[in-house]
Amino acid sequence: MSTLTDTRASTSGARRRRSPFAQAAVRTPYYVFTGGLAILFLFPLVWTSVASVSPRAGTAQASGYGFANYVTLANYQAGIWVYLFNSTFVSLLTVLLTLIVTTLGGYAFARFRFPGKDLLFMGTLAILMVPYATLLIPLYVLLNRVGLQNSLVGVALVLTMFQLPFSTFMMRISFEAVPRELDEAALVDGCSSFSLLWRVLLPAVKPGLITVGLFAFLAAWNDFMAPLILINDSNRMTLPLAVSNLRVQVQGVVDYGATEAGVVILALPCTILFLLLQRHYVRGFMSGALKG
Amino acid sequence: MTTAPSAIARAGRSAPGQKSAARQKRSWKGPLYALPNLVFVVGLFVLPLLLVLQMSASKWPLLSGNKGWNFPQNYVRAVTHRLFADSVVFTLKYTVLATVLLIGIGLGLGLLVQESSRWKGFLRTSFLLPSALGLASASLLFYVLYSPIAGPFADVMQRLGISFLGTPTTALVSTTFLIVWRYAGFYMLLMLVGLQGIPVDVFESARVDGASRGQVFRYITLPLLRPTLALTTVMCVTGSLLAFEQFYILTKGGPDNSTITVVQLIYLVAFQGQNDLGVAGALSVITLLALVLINVLQLRAFNTGRDE
Repeated sequence: MSTLTDTRASTSGARRRRSPFAQAAVRTPYYVFTGGLAILFLFPLVWTSVASVSPRAGTAQASGYGFANYVTLANYQAGIWVYLFNSTFVSLLTVLLTLIVTTLGGYAFARFRFPGKDLLFMGTLAILMVPYATLLIPLYVLLNRVGLQNSLVGVALVLTMFQLPFSTFMMRISFEAVPRELDEAALVDGCSSFSLLWRVLLPAVKPGLITVGLFAFLAAWNDFMAPLILINDSNRMTLPLAVSNLRVQVQGVVDYGATEAGVVILALPCTILFLLLQRHYVRGFMSGALKG
Repeated sequence: MTTAPSAIARAGRSAPGQKSAARQKRSWKGPLYALPNLVFVVGLFVLPLLLVLQMSASKWPLLSGNKGWNFPQNYVRAVTHRLFADSVVFTLKYTVLATVLLIGIGLGLGLLVQESSRWKGFLRTSFLLPSALGLASASLLFYVLYSPIAGPFADVMQRLGISFLGTPTTALVSTTFLIVWRYAGFYMLLMLVGLQGIPVDVFESARVDGASRGQVFRYITLPLLRPTLALTTVMCVTGSLLAFEQFYILTKGGPDNSTITVVQLIYLVAFQGQNDLGVAGALSVITLLALVLINVLQLRAFNTGRDE
């Protein structure tokens, strides 16, 4: 992850020059210590992946290595495909809605002046200040009133709202980083403000879009509390809820094998996206840190 | 992405654009572009916020809905709930423990991987990877890991007679360990951003003046890192005070209701058994006010510290 620039490496390297032997004596404990830490952080994920295909009494994979635990998971209640579909649907809808709302919003905040602008921006950021649970209970009642109880669309709407503070902020600074000369040139050429946004600015803020989309996906895919409260119908559960429920089988016996398989399926897309888009992931946190 | 930090810094400086305001257009199209944002904020944030205030002052069973005002009954019943005091004390205890550990370990990891090299890049990725997992997934993972039947340490723990989640103390420590595993990389990243904001020549001149590593850390790094420490502490305290998933999945509030957090109590009152949205609403409002108060106090403490 060479994503964080550093200016300090060269200076401290040049300062301490020791003999190769002394260097090794200093370096070895350092590598042992940091390597141990890395193992500590990676162990739970690696162990779970291995254990999910390993033999264990009392699970579907009683002997030998194989994917029997995944078969149990696949056949749980409505079937894992239903839950995978539900989770994917909620996640993609949340990503789509977040991108649309915050691209338009970020453009408005960065390029226009209108009454109530600062109030709306502050109101958007204020979502961060309010506890999740404080909002979910009235949202449960409100969604019931508009016929979105037990609805995956309702969950996606709620998750989009929770993404707004970070994403609107991110898109606003992305648009503000684009030089205005670009707008002016396009407008002189007779672009409307929408085609300016669509054809000229959108390509320029692509990294911001990727970061916003990535965060929205991870948040929606992993969210537990919103579907826990808003969804009652077991056919509309998302994957985290399904895996959490399948732990406890009849008579309180826990199927650890199927739980491990569920954790692996849950973690897989997150891990892949993280490794592929790591620099966008890091940038999201950094901009948040810089602006608080 | 060598350019990103500077690009963000540049964008950040001009952010809530005052100096460029003159070049912003006044047009009816501005509000039009902001309309979806407005709809979401009003419909899914302001409205629920007002509704929870109304609920907290009304008799409001889960299934039959609003039965009229009863202020301040819900608030009285909320603070006299048999689990209220315990959950507040436990939540505060957990918050202090998690915040101290996460800020300390985040800073430690940040210092450890500060310079860039291949090995340090690998370390950063390893520390950061758990943060891509959902909290619920991570809790389920540790639920198996801590299991006295299926976990990798099951035999050792049995021989030692310790159970990860069996007693109130071990349940708290085990859950905090999960949280440190899940979030340490995230706080490391925030610390790295703060550390890179400190000019290199400050360190150079301190070393030239003969300052030891410890002195540099104590008198230069820590004071200059104050804004980052303030931000991370506020974030960590807020997150910890609202803890839910980790305890809901790992301990279910047990053993003997010893690990029930405030948010868990809200969920319990609203949906499990009591089904009383009025009292749950009152608890939510109390939590919101407490959170705002605690954050204001924290920010004030960090600010007065700076003036000395």
